[in-house]
Amino acid sequence: MFKSLWTFRHFIMSSIRADMRNRFARSRLGAMWFILHPLAQALIFSIVLAEVLGARLEGVEIEAAYPIYLLSGLAAWTLFSEILTRSVGIFIEQASVLKKITFPRLSLPIIVWGSAMVNHLLLLAAILVIFAVMFGQYPNAAWLAIPLGMALISMLAFGLGVFLGVLNVFSRDVAQVMTVVVQLWFWITPIVYPRSIVPEGYQAIIDLNPMVPLVTIYQDAMLYGAWPDPRALIVPATIGVVAVALSFVVFRRASADLVDAL
Amino acid sequence: MALLSVDRVSKRYAIYGSLVSRIGSWFGASVMPVSEFWANREISFDVAPGEALALIGQNGAGKSTLLKMITGTVRPSSGRVAAHGRVSAILELGVGFNLELTGRQNIFHAGGLMGHSQAELERLAPQIEDFAEVGEHFDQPVRTYSSGMMARLAFALATATRPDILIIDEVLSVGDSYFQHKSFDRVRAFKEAGTAIILVTHGLADVRALCDRVILLDKGAVLKDGPPDEVVDYYNALIAERENAKLTIEQRRTKGGWLHSRSGSYEIVTETLDLLDRESRQPVATATVGQKLALKIRATANEDVPRLVVGVMLRDRTGHVVWGTNTWHTGDHIVDVRAGGRVEVNVAFTCTLGPGSYGLAVALSASDTHLEKNYEWQDNAIVFDVVNADRPYFIGTSELDADFTITKDLD
Repeated sequence: MFKSLWTFRHFIMSSIRADMRNRFARSRLGAMWFILHPLAQALIFSIVLAEVLGARLEGVEIEAAYPIYLLSGLAAWTLFSEILTRSVGIFIEQASVLKKITFPRLSLPIIVWGSAMVNHLLLLAAILVIFAVMFGQYPNAAWLAIPLGMALISMLAFGLGVFLGVLNVFSRDVAQVMTVVVQLWFWITPIVYPRSIVPEGYQAIIDLNPMVPLVTIYQDAMLYGAWPDPRALIVPATIGVVAVALSFVVFRRASADLVDAL
Repeated sequence: MALLSVDRVSKRYAIYGSLVSRIGSWFGASVMPVSEFWANREISFDVAPGEALALIGQNGAGKSTLLKMITGTVRPSSGRVAAHGRVSAILELGVGFNLELTGRQNIFHAGGLMGHSQAELERLAPQIEDFAEVGEHFDQPVRTYSSGMMARLAFALATATRPDILIIDEVLSVGDSYFQHKSFDRVRAFKEAGTAIILVTHGLADVRALCDRVILLDKGAVLKDGPPDEVVDYYNALIAERENAKLTIEQRRTKGGWLHSRSGSYEIVTETLDLLDRESRQPVATATVGQKLALKIRATANEDVPRLVVGVMLRDRTGHVVWGTNTWHTGDHIVDVRAGGRVEVNVAFTCTLGPGSYGLAVALSASDTHLEKNYEWQDNAIVFDVVNADRPYFIGTSELDADFTITKDLD
């Protein structure tokens, strides 16, 4: 399976490049949108939450603490939700190719993952620029923990995405339910609000959420310059490995049926 | 040795009651599907190098599913497909192309998807560009292409190297006639070089021109397997049968190898059929170029026939239609033939045909298509030869009575 994926590496690379091209095709501002989008998001949330609702982060002296906290959390979340939601729909989206050409089908979610990674790296670069230019914050050594976050988020999102993507071929409700679940999941993860404001009774939900320690890697590194706590990462890493393994098993089993249902 | 061997292949599509029982079936649980549909049943055939096989049949007969199983995108439920060598499938032109990429980039993109290495595509690109003939558009995004340009580029890419097995689904009929000829020639050249070809088509002319063998599929199973003229004529008769419940099909081969088919509901049938010299009224088996001929059709009605259309069609040795018309088009209406009544139709014509062998088909029906009510249809009911006795030598099936005027020493 991995050998045939290697044979098709040029197609995979070319598809990722084409994804990029599609994103900027016929767009006047092109790559500028990479900076404009997160900036606009930070601005909207800052105004609504920090100014209107008066949300404040405790124990941080920096004036731009909230936008930094927000952007770092959003960066992590965007990577997760992009891989997950696009993988869920990818087999249906590429139905005609799957039906008419023989090629390793697993290359489709790998293309999704690859272009999400490229997007993510560009987003991080944009955030770096925003932090430096607008908030006077420069990256510190703890940023080196971010690749670990990328790897763990990728595993979790890819595993879940491929697993649900296969199921979605047979029952299209899966993608619909996913859309709602991802939204809910976003709001039960401390991204736009700090964990400290969550009432005592709900802290258990946050403890169960595997995305929390992963998002925290980004927030800790970018806002506090702190390294992640390895113990907190054991659970999400395990879930990630299990999800990837499970998705491969289901993918192999369903493979014969997959094209029939498209 | 066969390049491709299809051995008792069947395909079942199962519909499960719920997603849970579907998942159960992947892990060996014995879940019964709610309903199932057999797209193909027990299909077997071999294709040798240089052999071209056509699959024909009505929509839903299982042709495309069979092609997908040979290509490998769909797995057979039982049976085995064994392909030796490189398989290239053109199931749809332009599938795998990315619209934002240019023609050139798509050669590498879609070519990679088809399993070519980048070095190979590097080498093939100039030749693909030549064959596609899209000019300066080659370096523009394919979303700006016309459908014809897209088809040309896609065909050029799909046939850039000669595969051992080439699978084509209904794509030779796209593009303008110039490109159709060009792509047809390439397929023919592959065949001569030893490629095994499997073709699905509705264009029965393609079948006669290219294929050595035809398989007629019906409801997922092989209905008839044999030489092109036999199966194609049978298929035509079958289409008519779908419209006419009481219809029988008879086929036999004449001494010269011409296949005589007769089908219909036989409310009225031809009694005698003669090709005559128009002056002497003597039967003709070998006509000369330019001879004045007459076809005499005499039919007897077994039942009352309110309206009768008599059609005549002339075909050459390869099955190409040379000429054909019927009394509906010529405005010679025949109405109210009583049971037991007889009708005689005389068709006077001049033999403006080239040397060779020709077959005449005669049809008795109720309208201008034989689909509505086919009383009787006979393929190759009369077979005759044409020789060139007194004209300058020429080739082809039509005598155009051409006149050359030569002027020398122009200043």
